[in-house]
Amino acid sequence: MSYLFHTDEDRREMLKSIGAESIDEIINDQVPEAVRLKRPLNLPPACNELALTAEMTRLAARNASADSHVCFLGGGAYDHFIPAAVDEIASRGEYYTSYTPYQAEVSQGNLQVMFEYETLVTQLTGLGVSNASLYDGGSAATEAVLMALSMQRGRNKVITTDVVHPQYRDILVAYLKNIDAELVVVPSDENGHSKPMIDAIDDKTACVLIQHPNFVGQLESVSEIAAAAKEAGALTIQVFDPVSLGRLKRPGDMGVDIAIAEGQSLGNPLAYGGPYLGIMACRDELVRRLPGRIAGQTTDRRGKRCWVLTLQTREQHIRREKATSNICSNQTLLALRATVHLSLLGPEGLKETADHCIAKTAYAKEVIAKSERFEVVGEGPSLKEFVVRDLGADVAGLLAHAREQGLLAGIDMTPMCVGGSEASEPAVALPSRYEQCFLVAVTEKRSRVEIDRWANVLCEAPSMATV
Amino acid sequence: MARDPSTLRYAETHEWVDVQEEGGDKFATIGISAFAVEQLNDLVYMDLPEVGRELEIGEEFGEVESVKAVSPLYSPVAGEVVAVHSDLPDNLDNLNDDAFDFGWILKVKLSADLPDSLMDFAAYQKQCSEAG
Repeated sequence: MSYLFHTDEDRREMLKSIGAESIDEIINDQVPEAVRLKRPLNLPPACNELALTAEMTRLAARNASADSHVCFLGGGAYDHFIPAAVDEIASRGEYYTSYTPYQAEVSQGNLQVMFEYETLVTQLTGLGVSNASLYDGGSAATEAVLMALSMQRGRNKVITTDVVHPQYRDILVAYLKNIDAELVVVPSDENGHSKPMIDAIDDKTACVLIQHPNFVGQLESVSEIAAAAKEAGALTIQVFDPVSLGRLKRPGDMGVDIAIAEGQSLGNPLAYGGPYLGIMACRDELVRRLPGRIAGQTTDRRGKRCWVLTLQTREQHIRREKATSNICSNQTLLALRATVHLSLLGPEGLKETADHCIAKTAYAKEVIAKSERFEVVGEGPSLKEFVVRDLGADVAGLLAHAREQGLLAGIDMTPMCVGGSEASEPAVALPSRYEQCFLVAVTEKRSRVEIDRWANVLCEAPSMATV
Repeated sequence: MARDPSTLRYAETHEWVDVQEEGGDKFATIGISAFAVEQLNDLVYMDLPEVGRELEIGEEFGEVESVKAVSPLYSPVAGEVVAVHSDLPDNLDNLNDDAFDFGWILKVKLSADLPDSLMDFAAYQKQCSEAG
């Protein structure tokens, strides 16, 4: 496609053909006075490319990222290792610049990637079908809930708990607000486990939404919760961590019906929060309600193997208002990266990654627990994330101090707790026991030296309170 | 005994109805017409209701899906679903040759008289030829 500007002549032609004198005249007709910007955009004056590049570089240098700091941040996005081959393959023009690559006649390469991706996701989750990906983990969680609601006549209750990712719950609340659905957020027990939700399951329950490992890093009794849901005729949706499946049981082997995940951990950079990758898989018999696109393998009229989009009658362009979802896109490029990443790691590599995370997280818990000022919150093993309480009650100051020392030491949980600035309503809040706590993630990339330094910097931080 | 299409009643939305009396109650067997099956072409899936469900006249009770489209199925009668042809979704190919016998979808115990809007065979044939 050539890249051409409109000339003044082109504009005159177009205006003439619609019978308008000027572009302003069209805008005056269409855009109400009240919403129009009456001043130039708030930008510095134009400059040349050299000056612009220098200025943008200066601004970019002010960011603290996983490249400039040692990163212990998690909460849904993690600083995992990405093999160089992932970038190399994903940056091929055929993949990198493809636009809606779904037409079988011209997109065999992309469709094959989607099919390979789906195959890997089904192997990873132990479930029968996967879609070609959704926008991110949070929207995938909500899509799974909508899917469960659409399948179950006369059931409109959605049960989740206060240790499921707050932002995922936030998306869910927004979507459920205007449909016939009741969201019940059951308080977790003092260890951050969701088992108490079992008592809330009844014959009006469409689905339960759990996260394992959950937002505070605890492992959940998935099989038990799924069995209770099944007995009541409800579906179980699990938010999983792809890396955890190197070691933990697969959702499909625990009675989970729909499994969703944030796929950023699989070969995708943190990129300041996105774009990310929504993974979604479900049991075979639910496939007709699965949102998004699905690539399938078939044969062409010469009998040769080929790939196509399949089961499209689920989708909005055919089922219209009855479609499960209005999502008709996916994150092909990021799904490709996840596919390459998993192919390079293989099952053994994923196990090894998970084992490194588990061992290093255990070590980090051990060193921080030695300090007078800190205690590890919650019991049992952790995959790669755990909660630390600051008995000095100055998490914000503590983390700012660590940032100055080149460490992104954790996520302040205080604003996410009941009444906090990031908890817009009770349904999305964390329990108040996590006030003055921070969430720490330790991936396979963290070395012993880095973990020791992290603990030292935190222990030496000035404290507002005397412990 | 094979059903005779000319003795059945038809809804505008192409469902056929066959009413029988059993022990003082009236039951309707429901399916979709051969014309509808032919129009839909290449059926791949059918979603059926559960036994025990109460249907209103005109209520959507399921859907039938072909390679290119999804069509809702509407109940031509009011009553309780007493039987569902559960083998049908896995044998949709047979629907092509046998829409009126093997192709039965539901059996409903009637709670009200058949609506007057149901057509007889001649009227339905006329509708189909006009749509043709």
